[in-house]
Amino acid sequence: MNSIVIPSVARNLVLAVGMLIAPAAFAAGSAEKGKAAFVQHGCWQCHGYVGQGGITGPKLAPNPMPLEAMSAFVRNTRGAMPPYQKAILSDADLADIHAYLSSLPKGSDAKSIPLLNP
Amino acid sequence: MAHDTNPDRRRFLAGVVAAGAAGAVAPARAAEPQPRAPSALPPTMQIAAAETGTPTVTTSRIGGVPGSDFMVDVIKTLGIRYLPANCASSYRAIHESLINYGGNKMPEFLSCMHEESAVGMAHGYFKVAGKPLMTLCHGTVGLQHATMGIYNAWCDRVPVIVVGGNDMDAAHRPPGVPTFHSAQDINALVRDFTKWDDTPVSLAHFAQSFVRAYKIATTPPYGPVMISLDAGLQQEPVRDHGEKLAIPRYVPTAPPQGDSGAVKEAARLLAGAQNPVIVADRCARTADGVKLLVELAEALQARVIDQGGRMNFPRTHYLSAPPTAVSGADVILGLELSDFWATVNSYTDNGLNGGIGTNGIRIKEGTKLVSISSVELNTKANYQDFQRFQAVDVSMAADAEATLPALIEEVKRAGPNKAGLERRAAAAKKARAEGMARAREAAALGWDASPVSTARLCMETYAAIKSLDWSLVASEGNVSNWPARLWPIEKHHQWLGRSGGYGVGYGAPASVGAALANRDLGRFSVSIQSDGDLMYAPGVLWTAAKHKIPLLAVMHNNRAYHQEVMHVQRLSNFRDRVANTGGDLGPVGTSIMNPDIEYHKLAESMGWWAKGPIKDPKDLGPALKEAVKIVQAGQPALLNVWTQPR
Repeated sequence: MNSIVIPSVARNLVLAVGMLIAPAAFAAGSAEKGKAAFVQHGCWQCHGYVGQGGITGPKLAPNPMPLEAMSAFVRNTRGAMPPYQKAILSDADLADIHAYLSSLPKGSDAKSIPLLNP
Repeated sequence: MAHDTNPDRRRFLAGVVAAGAAGAVAPARAAEPQPRAPSALPPTMQIAAAETGTPTVTTSRIGGVPGSDFMVDVIKTLGIRYLPANCASSYRAIHESLINYGGNKMPEFLSCMHEESAVGMAHGYFKVAGKPLMTLCHGTVGLQHATMGIYNAWCDRVPVIVVGGNDMDAAHRPPGVPTFHSAQDINALVRDFTKWDDTPVSLAHFAQSFVRAYKIATTPPYGPVMISLDAGLQQEPVRDHGEKLAIPRYVPTAPPQGDSGAVKEAARLLAGAQNPVIVADRCARTADGVKLLVELAEALQARVIDQGGRMNFPRTHYLSAPPTAVSGADVILGLELSDFWATVNSYTDNGLNGGIGTNGIRIKEGTKLVSISSVELNTKANYQDFQRFQAVDVSMAADAEATLPALIEEVKRAGPNKAGLERRAAAAKKARAEGMARAREAAALGWDASPVSTARLCMETYAAIKSLDWSLVASEGNVSNWPARLWPIEKHHQWLGRSGGYGVGYGAPASVGAALANRDLGRFSVSIQSDGDLMYAPGVLWTAAKHKIPLLAVMHNNRAYHQEVMHVQRLSNFRDRVANTGGDLGPVGTSIMNPDIEYHKLAESMGWWAKGPIKDPKDLGPALKEAVKIVQAGQPALLNVWTQPR
């Protein structure tokens, strides 16, 4: 299987560094625009249309990581996820995507789904 | 060449000319003195023709006992039950013998619409039945169609007997199409990924070749074999050469076992380890292999990573572990691993290091590695299925399942530390419980999303079949491994592994072949059928309906060749370019949409019960209930489900 996974150690390191160097504030994003940008920029490919994650990428929603950390990761990743530089994903689009992910409701708890508790 | 001054040779040649002329026409100058006759007379034209030409016995290809009837007699001795094939004139004689002389039984001819489908069916059938099938094809164009399936079988260590028709007699074969469909050496096309091949030139030779091919294919490591079957040999009658035609008796070859010294050393390392881990890929060739692996794991209280080339280890066992379990091991036992390197190392396609990506190590320094693999006995050079080279500490070129009894005995004799056993058992139980909880939480994410999440797809499917004796015959297209993570897979036939060579197009035919074997065993067959895989050769749906092969195909229709979606996106990002989607969702050339394929209609048109497209997860459960009833009644059924990408 040609799976694409992000090593957690590398991801956390990038996040930590990113938190230190990220800009202080981003403009508030639009969830509606973010939904379209999430598809347009191919985020759904590894993370699913609702950011649920899968074997190819971790979950992004609900409760996404802070925008500053997300930005740092997206711009600097050296893991399995290819980086998105500003030339192909603007700060505004990234803020919109974050707003979309933040708007997604928490789904059912696993323990409440009969099919997951046979 | 130097000028020949040897008088004797000149006289001899003169004699040949004279004798030849005498045999052909009347002497021109009979009155002249006759040259002295040489001491050894050259042959007359009649004698030369008798010794070197075609025998003067009847040469008609019609009449007598057909040679292909004898070939059918040979095939019948081996108990081959089915023969999936796409018809072709280059094997018309044996085709006729099989269905008329042979009564179309043992083997029964199954009508296929693509040679790749025929090979894929044989591939899937073997993984349930444990018995190989044969297929027939044109030795040229048909074999060209079949090659990807043969390569998958080679990589997946599955025996398939491929027989290609070929009319070798250039002077007598029909011109035009049959000559386009002939070659000097058809087997050359697949020689790099078959275990053995032959071109029999007589019926006695065919008998030996076919039995030998069967024997080689079914000796671990299993693999496909190829026989080139001359059209003339098929059609000509059996001739009396003074020796009665005989069919060699088939006796299975015992699989190779590990060297006793190497087994002892492996047992010593494992029994003395603080944290031994077992990794199995194609270890369990049979259901007995599963039992043996459980016995070894429990003797060591070692966690087992089942890489899924076969169903090696029950997923419900507390020692069942994820791939990350190698990280804490001090001894790792690899059993029939297709890629030992990637088991203990990692590769990240991140564009670093000059674009070639990053290699990493997953294991602790000093971890001892033990390998038992029969594939070491059968490695070829051209195709790279042997993967990167991994140095190990103990290496056995042997069949893992056959070696397990001796290894278990030696491990028990070595006597692992009791306190260590208890410690590892407790840790494994805790780790598995935590892992299952995490998997369920992950499955719940996106549970109500539309398109349907892959977790929901798999768990709705499982709920519909769990009370049956089910067999997951294929799971193609990557559904985030949900069956392996959440289905209680315990029996050998409940998981059949994947294609082997990752040649897309395996899932549909292999699931039909496996369903055929399950039908005969009274089992229920279900497949997770991806969209891209089905469209390589969808005609196999017709074959399933034609031959009344019940199968529930639940589609993972993410409307893309999704692996390639991600690859092209990755390269676009590396190059700081926005991926051009051309109005689709994925990069140009990777989507299967606009128009969306109506797979349910495609299946219906070929005799299947089908429903779709199902986009709302709430509609899936009821549709599955309907479909299961249809399959239980003996008909194949397909649900076209729109899904999340992974």
